[in-house]
Amino acid sequence: MDHSADITLTVNGEVITRRVPVRSNLVDFLRVDLALTGSHVGCEHGVCGACTVRVDGRTMRGCLMLAVQADGATVETIEGLSDRGDLRELQQEFHSRNALQCGFCTSGMLLAANELLSHSTKLTREDVREYLSGNYCRCTGYHAIVDAVMAVAAKRGIGR
Amino acid sequence: MKAPAFQYLRARSTAEACAMLAEFGEDARIIAGGQSLMPILNMRLANPATLIDINPIAELAGIAADKSTVCIGALTRYRDIEESPLVRRHLGLIAQAMPYVAHAAIRNRGTLGGSLAAADPAAEMPACCLALDASMIIESTRGARSVKADAFFRGTFETALKPDELLIAVEFPIPGAEWRHGFAEFSRRRGDFAIVGTAVRARIEARRVAEARIVLFGVGDRPMRMTRAERALVVGLDHKAGITAAQATLDADLVPSSDNQASAETRLHLARVLLGRALAQFQDAVG
Repeated sequence: MDHSADITLTVNGEVITRRVPVRSNLVDFLRVDLALTGSHVGCEHGVCGACTVRVDGRTMRGCLMLAVQADGATVETIEGLSDRGDLRELQQEFHSRNALQCGFCTSGMLLAANELLSHSTKLTREDVREYLSGNYCRCTGYHAIVDAVMAVAAKRGIGR
Repeated sequence: MKAPAFQYLRARSTAEACAMLAEFGEDARIIAGGQSLMPILNMRLANPATLIDINPIAELAGIAADKSTVCIGALTRYRDIEESPLVRRHLGLIAQAMPYVAHAAIRNRGTLGGSLAAADPAAEMPACCLALDASMIIESTRGARSVKADAFFRGTFETALKPDELLIAVEFPIPGAEWRHGFAEFSRRRGDFAIVGTAVRARIEARRVAEARIVLFGVGDRPMRMTRAERALVVGLDHKAGITAAQATLDADLVPSSDNQASAETRLHLARVLLGRALAQFQDAVG
C-alpha cells in the first residue's frame, strides 16, 4: 500500500508541491527533499530543539510534526529568515561573542531567541534562559548565548 | 528513530473523526498536536495502523465561558491557553501551571486534549484538571458522554477513553472568588516532565481554609488526590500548622514510584517540600 500524499506548502516564500511518505517528519522533508540543511536533526523526540522551524509564524519542533501535516502551511527555516535579514542583529551578536562553537544548536537557538525578542516588551536573563530551555547546546556555551540575546534586547530597549 | 509506516487520514469534522474511529478503532490513534504521540512513534513505542489527524477540525479549538463554566476545546494549543484572558481571569491555576508545560516551541503546537488523552502521570494538565474538578467531554458514533477527571485518568498512559471515542473538550467549573490556588514542581531542566509536582486549591472562609483540594503528580501512575492532606490542612490551628500537618500525612499516604530519575525516598521528600511551597502561595489570604 502506498502511504504517500501530495502536499503543497510555502517554504521560505516559495510555493512547493511534493509527494511525501506520510511517515516523514517535517525536518527530514526540509533537509532531504528540499536540501535545506540548516535545520538540524538531533534527538528526534522533541527534547533538543535543534530542528526548530517556524510554521505559520510560530516556532515548532520539526521532528514532532509530519511533513504531510504542513500541507497548506507557511514554513520558514533558518535559510529563509537569515536571507531576509530578520536575524541579522542576533547573528552579529552571536558572532561577536562567540556564542556558537560547533554550531549544531545555533539555527534553533536563533529562531527561539528571535521569537522571544519579537514577543517581549521587557526581558531579563532569567526570561531568556527559560525561553531557551528547550534548546540544548552540546558545547554548553549557554552563557555567551544569553549574553548575545540580552545584547540585542538592550539595543531594542527591552533589556532589563 | 523514524516513525513506522501507517495509513494517514485527515478528519474534517468531529463526526468524520468519530466515523473513522468507529471503523479503525483499536488499530488507530488520533494525532492532534503530536507533541506526545510523535516521540512515541519516532521511538517505535507504538505502531498504529492508522493515524487520524484532527488538526483540520476548527470546531475543536477555542475557549469559551459562560457564568459557571470555562470550556476549552480539545484541540486548543497550549500557547493559546497561556495567552487567553478568559483563562487568566477564571482559571488561575491553569495560567500558573502553563509555563511549566514543556518548552515554548512545544506549547506552540501541543494541545490540551492531546496531553489529557496521552495521560502521562508526570504531566501538569491532568493534575490541574483533577484539582479543578474538570469534566472531559467525549464523543463517538454511539453518542456523547462526560467523565470527571477523577474517573478519567486510569493509569500510566491509560484513560477512560474507549478505542472509538474522541475527547472533544474540557469543561472547568469557574471557582468563586473565595478560591485560591498554588502550583509547584521540580524537574531537572525547566520544561521537562516533573519529577514531582503539585497543584492545590483552597476555599477561604473568614481567613481560614474551609475546603481544600490537593493533587500530586509524578509520584504514581496518575495524578493523585491526597484527601487526608486536604483534611489536615482544613483542621490546622492556623495555615502554617495546617501545612505542616498536611505534609506529615504524606509519610503514610504516599508510596511514590522509583525510577532512574529519582528514588521513592527522594520523591517523598520533594512532595513534602513542594506541597509546602504551593500551599504557602496563598498565605496572604489566611490568618
